[in-house]
Formats: sequence, structure tokens, C-alpha cells
Amino acid sequence: MMEIFGLLGQGFTVALQPFNLTLIILGCAVGLFIGAMPGLGSVNGVAILLPLTFLVPPEGAIIFLAAIYYGAMYGGAVSSIMLGIPGASTAVATTFDGRPMAKQGMADKALTTAALASFVGGTISVLLFTFFAPPLAHVALTFGAPEEFALMMLAFATFVGLGGDDLAKTIFSICIGLVLAAVGLDIMSGEPRLIFGNITGFMHGINFLVLAIGIYGIGEMLWTVEENAKAGGKSMLSEATLTWARTKTNIREFLGTWKITTMGSVLGYFVGILPAAGATPGSLMAYGVGKQMSKTPEKFGKGAMEGVAAPEAANNAASTGSMLPMLTLGIPGSPTTAILLGGMVIWGLEPGPALFESHPDFVWGLIASLYAANLFAVILNILFIPAFIWVLKLPFTILAPIILTLCLVGGYAPTKDMHDVWLMLLFGIVGYLMRKLDYPVAPAVLAIVLGPLAEPAMRQSLLISSGDPMIFFTRTYSGPIMVVAIILLFLPALMPLFRRLSGKKASKAEGGAS
Amino acid sequence: MFAGIREMTVRMAELLLALTFAALSAYLMIKSAELPIGWIPDEGPGGGAWPFWLSAVMLGSCIWVLVNWVLRIGPVANNDGPLFEAGMFAPVFLVAAALTICIGLIEGIGVGGFGGIGFYGALPLFLAFYLKVMGNHSWMTTILTAVLVPVVTFLFFEIMLKITLPKGMTDPLFIPVYAFFYGL
Repeated sequence: MMEIFGLLGQGFTVALQPFNLTLIILGCAVGLFIGAMPGLGSVNGVAILLPLTFLVPPEGAIIFLAAIYYGAMYGGAVSSIMLGIPGASTAVATTFDGRPMAKQGMADKALTTAALASFVGGTISVLLFTFFAPPLAHVALTFGAPEEFALMMLAFATFVGLGGDDLAKTIFSICIGLVLAAVGLDIMSGEPRLIFGNITGFMHGINFLVLAIGIYGIGEMLWTVEENAKAGGKSMLSEATLTWARTKTNIREFLGTWKITTMGSVLGYFVGILPAAGATPGSLMAYGVGKQMSKTPEKFGKGAMEGVAAPEAANNAASTGSMLPMLTLGIPGSPTTAILLGGMVIWGLEPGPALFESHPDFVWGLIASLYAANLFAVILNILFIPAFIWVLKLPFTILAPIILTLCLVGGYAPTKDMHDVWLMLLFGIVGYLMRKLDYPVAPAVLAIVLGPLAEPAMRQSLLISSGDPMIFFTRTYSGPIMVVAIILLFLPALMPLFRRLSGKKASKAEGGAS
Repeated sequence: MFAGIREMTVRMAELLLALTFAALSAYLMIKSAELPIGWIPDEGPGGGAWPFWLSAVMLGSCIWVLVNWVLRIGPVANNDGPLFEAGMFAPVFLVAAALTICIGLIEGIGVGGFGGIGFYGALPLFLAFYLKVMGNHSWMTTILTAVLVPVVTFLFFEIMLKITLPKGMTDPLFIPVYAFFYGL
């Protein structure tokens, strides 16, 4: 325990260096604005801006991106409340009560509640993170190739089992991401592989950023162009008044929601740890449980403060939660952390438990920066409320081409090859069409990041066992993980069966009673 | 052709995309098989095995989507509504087309010896098109944005972050600019 405090103290010396502190504040501010824009969330911000971080040392880079991640989770609430359009899917639940509050002239109360709840959620989850991460990393240090592969299977299986999307399409999305990751040189034999049309641009492989910016940058913008055209391009901004006296009352009233806020934080954190689950279901679940817990559940959906506090605490807590498996196991818990993980590989860090031993400055610097980012995000959020309102008034037709410009630079920067910009455009258009037809795209991004890690893990395991796949099932840790993965994989098929069985029982019981 | 896409139903689009993806999966399987896909003694699975089997699963899931389509299982396969609501196709198509032309102009596409007008040639055109045609903004706003955004991009990416963007045949024009920033 004392050791953790020592390491955390060391982390703070990294996070509070003037340069890193500047990055935290800058990242929070950028994240807040990206999150506040309708349609753009943390994953878009991190994907589009990751190429910028190649110029600072890895500690600075991850701190900057984590601050963007945090800032965007705060900012997502702004457009949910002010426009009634969720800033990102993670802020959908915030619209349920945030929008009615704004319509009743309580936009400032909703915004303050969202900011403070996000702060509580962030703080509780970082505390949980600090004390959970080291023991988990300790266990994970004994992991070999079979365990690594089993964990990745688990990550993909959760998408299939819990993602809630069309099964065939989810599986397709995962596999195409993994195949795209295999383009380039075969890591084991060094032979060129999947070089389509002998185009040399494929020799250096497909950078995950090309897919991530394609889908979350260009694809998302095309999607928003359509949404915006549907709305007739009109903005439906709510009025907001902000005075010191009102803010004091708002804060006092917020303190009354502490039970529900704490529940949202803890629930969000644990849902966030699960890959594929993350902040969106976490916040929706927190909203549901919050309604159950509330003394006035009938107010939910009509502008209840608790209805804003619960999901906002949960989505911030979930974003921290999803970093736990990323740092300790090398398995991202959300698309955003998948991109962070890909960034770590580019910066020359091998994600996984060994990171705690080999780069303690990096790991603890990141954890400490989460505390700092959380504090700055809440301060900036409240100070910037007038600025957000100004940005939200900017017409989408000015914002959109600027964001697309950033996408073009972001697609070009990692490899300095126009070939990748073309690929990015292709992925953007295909990703947009896939989204229109209900193909989930997040699994593909997760897969292209995990692909280069999953393939060698599988091949090494099979080499150890001379081709016997039972190696994944007979080892202490990989066995249970694989079993859980397989159960999750078949969960969607088993659930209707289970429901039918329990449904029959219920109807029998009813029949008996009557 | 555009009228065809504009009036396409969701159900039709689902079929076409699934067929395209199935063909892509089959192609990826063939392409993967250029490398050994079997077991190599003392080396483990061949280099093509991983993408080969994944592509096979992709093909399988495409067939599954197609079966759902034929049996009308799931909301997408039953959606006989249009893929694009009235008036929604044009804006999306225009943005995608403008972006494609913009990327094509940066370095050319290797046709006719056209070397491209570079990032800073193509970007103002793209911005001007977007603001004027898509946004219907005033000329003042349009020109201001079309000039300011590339200038800020240049200062931020090239001067501050040292990320050189492609310039095509406008390259010589930047020699004095670089001389100004680095020569002092």
C-alpha cells in the first residue's frame, strides 16, 4: 500500500512538470471542445490528434491524449444539454434529463451538474484504478503467449456476446480489422503478404490510424453531414444564464445527489473495464439504476438533476475503467483506449504488464495525470461554458471542412505517404456505408490495433505446443479465460434458448396459479 | 448510376454490400494463399494461415448475412425504405466527391504527368467549395476561411510541429517561405 503511494508521488513529479502540466491543460481544453461538438467524441478527438503527439516524449504524448479523452467525456454533455444532440454516444443518456432541464431554463444547472458529476466519477474511478492496477499487473506478469491470445479472444468475444449488434456483422468487422492488420510483411518470415496489386504503399502495412481516422474522422463527418441536412442545418441552442449566486445554489443542490452520483461512478468504472461495454452502456445502466434508487423516479425524463448526475458520473468513470485493462493487460476496453494502445506501440512501448516494471515513470505519470486532468477539466469546463455556447453557434458548414482538413493531415503524418490518405478516404466511405447498414465499426478498429499482437501470440503458442490448440485450455490462467470467452461467444445463441426455457417455466407457474 | 444509388432501398444496399464483402473475402483468401497456409515443421503455422482463416470466417459471416437477407431476418433485411431519405444523398455525395478531388489534386494520380498542386493548393479550393456551395456563406467568410485555415495549418504543422505536407508542383514557391522562417 505504502509502495503505491510512493509510486504515485513519483508519478505526480512527472505529471506536474511544467511541460506536462501544459499538455494536460491544453489536452483538457481541446478535448472539451471536441466533445462539445455534436457527433464528435473522445474517440474522434484521440484518433484525429494522435499524429500530433509523435513530437513529444511518450509520457507527454499519453498525458496529452488522456487529457483529451477526459476533456471530451466532460464536453459530451454540453451539446446533449444545449442542443439536444448527444456530443457522442457516451452522452446519450445525458440528453434524457439534460435537455428537458435546458428547455425549462435550467441549462446552467444541468451543465454544472454534468461537470461536477463528471468530476466525482473521474475521481472515484481514478482512486479505484490506482489500487486495482498494480495487483492486476502483478498477476498479468506471469502471462505468456497463450494467455495473451486468450485475453484477446476474450476482448473479441465480449464484442460478440455483449455488443448487442448483428452477430454476423460483428464477426465480419472483427475479422476484417485483423486481416487489414496482417497486410505488409509477415512478422515471422519477413515475406511480403497481401500486397494488393503490387502497390508498394502496402509494404509498410496499414497503420491503424488510417482506419481509425477514416472511420471516426471522415466516416463520422459524412454521417454528421447527413444528420445535419436532416435537421435542416438549423441549430436549436438553448439559452443559458450563468451567475455566481445561481452556481452556488446549483452546487448545493448537486451535493444532494451524492448517493446516485457515487453509484454511477462505481457502476461506470466496472462496466468500463469490460471490453466492448465501455462508457455508453455504462451511462445508460447508471441512468436506469439511478431511476430505481431515486425517491422521485417520476421526475426522470422530465428534467431531474439526478438523471444528469448518474450517467455523467458513469461515463467518466468508465473512461478510466477502460484504461485498466489497457495498461495492465495490453487489452483496450474501448475504441478510444484501442487508439491509445496503438499510439503506445508507435512510441516504442510494449503495452502490457511489463510496462509497470520497465517504464514506471510512464505508467505512474499517466495515473497521476488523470488526477490532474480531472481537476483541470472540471475547472475549464465551468469557465468555458460561454465559449462552448459560442462555438456551438458556429455553422456546421464551417466546422466540418476544418475537421476534414485535420483528418487529411492526420492520415498523412504517420507514414508521410499519400497512399495512406487514399486508403483513409476509402475506409471512411466504406465505414459510413457499413454504419448505415448496422455493421458495428468499433470492433474493426479494436482488431486492427490488436492484430499485430494477437497473431504472434497465437503462432508462438502453437509453436510451443507443436500445433496442439489445447494449449489455450490447459494452462492455469489461459484455460478459464478461454472458457469465459467461448461462453460469451455463444451467449447470443444461448440467450433466446434460455429465455424460452425460463419463459415456459413462468407460463407454467402462471398456469398453475390460475 | 447516381439515380440508382439515390433511390436504392436499404434492403437492396444490404444485398449489394454483403455480395461485395463476400467477393472481397474470397479474394483475400486467394491472396493469403500466396504464402504457405499449412503447418511448417519447426516454424509453426505458415505466414498465410492467419489471414487465410480469418478471411474464411469473413466469407462465412457474409453468407450468414445473405441467408438473413433471403429469410428477411433482422431490421435491415426487412427495411424496404430508402437508403437515403429525400434530399440526403446530394450533400453526402458532394462532400465525398469534393474530398476525393481534393486528395487527387494534392499529388495527382500519376496520370498525364500532373504532379499535383500540393496540400496548400488543393485545400483552399476544397474549403472554398465547402463554404460557398455546401454552406452558402458570404464571399467574405468563404475567402477568409479558405485563406486562414491553410495559413494556420502551415504555421502549426510545418513550422511548429515540423510535419512537412506534400506540395506537388508548388514546392518551389515554399523555398522563400522556409528561408524566412529558418533563415533568420
